[in-house]
Amino acid sequence: MQEAPTESGVPQRVLARNCTVDAVVAAVLFVVGAVVVVQARALGAGWTSDGPGSGYFPFYIGLILCVASAGIAYQAVMSRKRDTRAFVDREQFVRVLSVFVPAIFYVLAIAFVGIYVASAIYIAVFMIVLGKYPAWKAVLIGVLVSAAFFAMFEVWFKVPLYKGTLDPLAFLGY
Amino acid sequence: MVELNSLLQGFAVVLTPMNIGLMFVGITLGVLIGVLPGLGGANGVAILLPLTFTMSPTSAIVMLSCIYWGALFGGAITSILFNIPGEPWSVATTFDGYPLAQKGQAGQALTAAFTSSFIGALVAVLMITFLAPMVAKFALRFGAPEFFAVYLLTFCSFVGMGKGSPFKILVSMALGFALAAVGMDTVTGQLRMTFGQTELMRGFDFLIAVIGLFGIGEILLSMEEGLAFSGKAARINPKVVWETWKLLPKYWVTSVRSSLVGIWMGITPGGATPASFMSYGLAKKMSRNGAKFGTGELEGVVAPETAAHAAGTSALLPMLALGIPGSPTAAVLLGGLLIWGLQPGPLLFVEQKDFVWGLIASMYLGNIAGLIVVLTTVPLFASILRIPFSIIAPVIIVICAIGAYTVHSAMLDVWFMLGFGVLGYLFKKLDYPLAPLVLALVLGDKAEDSFRQSMLVSQGDVMIMWSNPLVGSITTLALVLLLWPLISKLLGVIRRPKKVDPILAEQPVD
Repeated sequence: MQEAPTESGVPQRVLARNCTVDAVVAAVLFVVGAVVVVQARALGAGWTSDGPGSGYFPFYIGLILCVASAGIAYQAVMSRKRDTRAFVDREQFVRVLSVFVPAIFYVLAIAFVGIYVASAIYIAVFMIVLGKYPAWKAVLIGVLVSAAFFAMFEVWFKVPLYKGTLDPLAFLGY
Repeated sequence: MVELNSLLQGFAVVLTPMNIGLMFVGITLGVLIGVLPGLGGANGVAILLPLTFTMSPTSAIVMLSCIYWGALFGGAITSILFNIPGEPWSVATTFDGYPLAQKGQAGQALTAAFTSSFIGALVAVLMITFLAPMVAKFALRFGAPEFFAVYLLTFCSFVGMGKGSPFKILVSMALGFALAAVGMDTVTGQLRMTFGQTELMRGFDFLIAVIGLFGIGEILLSMEEGLAFSGKAARINPKVVWETWKLLPKYWVTSVRSSLVGIWMGITPGGATPASFMSYGLAKKMSRNGAKFGTGELEGVVAPETAAHAAGTSALLPMLALGIPGSPTAAVLLGGLLIWGLQPGPLLFVEQKDFVWGLIASMYLGNIAGLIVVLTTVPLFASILRIPFSIIAPVIIVICAIGAYTVHSAMLDVWFMLGFGVLGYLFKKLDYPLAPLVLALVLGDKAEDSFRQSMLVSQGDVMIMWSNPLVGSITTLALVLLLWPLISKLLGVIRRPKKVDPILAEQPVD
């Protein structure tokens, strides 16, 4: 965990501090815990005629989740030793999003055109946009990597991967 | 000497040309995984698991465990040459490994790292060979309460021996159990927490969680730093290897101590990372050259590597003998066993003799194969790290997506993988440990079953956990570990607070 301005020398705007993110995550986890407790009670967290009910064990798990996340939230907000270092600055956040957002579109594309085509496009676009590679190089590597996976999964190990609802590779006969 | 006979039989099972071939393929893939950012032992094995579905269980486990050895070896390459630990357990290796590489002694450092890895693993396998059958025999007498007590001990020792906030360890664990509970209840057949979604009936598979948490999460984290590798060149020739091997016997005390530390931390779910740090710290304190540690001492490479490999190997003992994995990777291997229809635990040693001893034999052979592969191919793997990150990153995400899809051939799992990736990124940054989450997700159903069975036997009386000396002492030990953060705080108030070793402060929460 680094201080914000070290890398480029120019002070970066800190988008969030560790204690803030810590508290938010703890709050979300508390809600998850509460949902588990409510669901477990609905399932029967008590003793049924033939033993402990379905919610018996999850009830206590939810309880632990609630108590522990409340503890984290307390430490993050109230403690004097709370961690006010930068969680992420602007530059870092942009970099993370530049990987994560394309990944979302990639998974979305898999649903339509299947893993092989989507992967080739994803690798090529990633290389062109973020790696500043010439288009022919990027497309070549994208297609080669996809072809290698195709050979490995469909031909060699006979594990069929998702071809997508449009199935553009249907002509290959796999 | 029954063990030796069984072991020889195991060698006979494993020593087929096919299996030896798979061993080398596994090691090579494993080193590759260990070298690449975002792929590690646990998620590497998880991604490659579906490829082994068509193999016989013995061949499959030989290949998978070899991937694991390979990943353990591979972590050292990046730490020494690039000062980037490929795996959390090789952080301690960078302290002396990278300075050695800077002095132009990368070959020596690598040879020392690989050789001590090998020795650590060998000692641990020897221990498994003789101890595992005994533990399994002993565990045959276990009933539901005993098993629940052992599960309790596993999870409480995360709290007692882990680093960082005990609350965060608890949350990570409870979240794992909660996710494990989603889907069909194995006892009553009721649907739990599916919110009416039929896709959720299957529940959350831990393989998806492992791929997302460790794979995608790691990629997001490395992207943040905008990776630009600058590595030292490494040449290993037989002369360097031979010269280094002549030096190593000097450090036999360190090797023995580190092996023992590693074995202890591996069997208890402390894991390889704390083992490597503890062993480095001990070596620094006890060695005559302790003051020079951190400037490129060979001993400072030997200590953490021996311990990490010994711990990684011994983590398989509780997995085989009790069905309780000591590390996320062991958990993934356990998942593999379940998929092939093998129930890990004490009965495995009785019912699947060939398989168990084949696996143990493959640990010996796999580590020898590993040592050969890494010593001969280091330059090749080091050059992989020179491939720009803008090619590596999308390829790794593609590999993760394929891995997540093949587990159940379900598109939804790929989305879950992305979700777990975000969770992994947040948890890593906020110092939540990931291992308890994974282990809870794997063991959730089994722990719950043994808990419910115990409660049925006693009609809801918790005192069954102290109904005989065996179960009572395990439970008590578990509770002591659970309360250890409080106890140590109290002790700290009574005694003077001790100084925190600056090296140990650098240990990542794993």
